[in-house]
Amino acid sequence: MNQAERLDRTFAVLSDSTRRAMLARLEREEALSVSELARPHAIKLPAIMKHLDVLADAGLITRAKSGRTVTVRLQPKPMREAMEWLRRYERFWNTSLDRLTLLAEAREAEARKAGR
Amino acid sequence: MTSVTLVRRIKARPSIVFEALIRAEDIAQWWGPDAGPVLISQVDARIGGRFKIRFRLLDGSEHESTGIFLEIDAPHRVRMSWRWTVGGADPGESELSFALRAIPEGTELTLTHALLHDEKSKISHEGGWSGALDKLVAMLER
Repeated sequence: MNQAERLDRTFAVLSDSTRRAMLARLEREEALSVSELARPHAIKLPAIMKHLDVLADAGLITRAKSGRTVTVRLQPKPMREAMEWLRRYERFWNTSLDRLTLLAEAREAEARKAGR
Repeated sequence: MTSVTLVRRIKARPSIVFEALIRAEDIAQWWGPDAGPVLISQVDARIGGRFKIRFRLLDGSEHESTGIFLEIDAPHRVRMSWRWTVGGADPGESELSFALRAIPEGTELTLTHALLHDEKSKISHEGGWSGALDKLVAMLER
């Protein structure tokens, strides 16, 4: 899978509010069991399991089984990659807009001097 | 939220800012992420018209983006499709828009680069991003 495809997948996975809420909780609490993760959500366990499959397939979480408990952990790498990608665009436009601002402000000053 | 949004307050009237956004010779002066030069700046600023802008970075690499004007409403709004055609991997088509609003000191410019690079993410985008990714990213960064 190339970077564009990985990014597509990360953004697609993040398009769901339940999954985002799960990731946010995992970020705060490091490791959670499936039942702990499911508790605040008003959806049934099979639906939670499906979301976890999607998150795991995209590499955003890992699951480890110990006895009857499955522990879920966050894997921050895909998120970091998505973030870095958005940042590159932000840098691009920040620099460009700095120069656009200088250009437009110089033109405005000229127009005022010319009494327009 | 697969988009980048930046807001600037510029001490120039909207008509002056708008012109600088769509004139080829002006774009050549401000476009690009570092102090490297713009090599090609071709702009056919009408709906359906094409732009092509090529620039060289200070590291020597060259990049080019092209697209088509989708909306031109002087001096309020301009919107275009966007695609990288030279330099790096092509992440597919995205959309760029500039919205201008008159404010007492001049113009408030809002740039949005919506990085909708396939049908799937287009659907998820329409499904409504709420800036949640931003927050999540901020959390992951701590």
